[in-house]
Amino acid sequence: MSYSQISILAVIIAVILDLFIIKTALLKRAAFWSSYAIILPFQFLTNWWLTSRNIVMYDPDVITGIRFFSAPAEDVLFGFALILSVLSLWINLGKRTSANRS
Amino acid sequence: MLAFTVVGSFWLEIALKVRVLRRIRRALTAIAPVAMCFLLWDAYAIANKHWFFDKKQIIGVFGPLNIPLEEYLFFIVIPLAAIMTIEAVRAVKKHWIIGDEK
Repeated sequence: MSYSQISILAVIIAVILDLFIIKTALLKRAAFWSSYAIILPFQFLTNWWLTSRNIVMYDPDVITGIRFFSAPAEDVLFGFALILSVLSLWINLGKRTSANRS
Repeated sequence: MLAFTVVGSFWLEIALKVRVLRRIRRALTAIAPVAMCFLLWDAYAIANKHWFFDKKQIIGVFGPLNIPLEEYLFFIVIPLAAIMTIEAVRAVKKHWIIGDEK
């Protein structure tokens, strides 16, 4: 599978985890989107650094070629999937500890 | 780049008292399964040359699956920064419900 395909798959899995499996439904929370809005510009900045200096390079055959600030568009999907799934697990663990205490 | 992320987000631990590092066990429990999946993807992408690194610009230490040390650190530092961000949003917007309130 290409980077494009895997990154789309990763987003789909993260969304299903959040909405239907872990059921944290962070995608419906203002706090999640505010956090993402803070994280995204920093992601663009670090990705720009890593790609513009050719620290990381990509095989042109496995990406669409669409780039934002020198980094492949796929990186945005990858980052979104990573952040959503980690935060979903983090909040879910918080739920459990608060349930134990009550 | 990693140092930048640490500097850019870890001050939240002190300034906004997000207490993520004090809840490091919960953080690592949330990060571990996600990091594992993404590292497998990373290994697959490296093995198939979807992306590759400039040997002169990385430390040159490789962990299991031929993944550079920086990648392992990436999958700890970035999720920690994301968790600190959402906890900082919570600290600033106390009335916003995220789902694990006590």
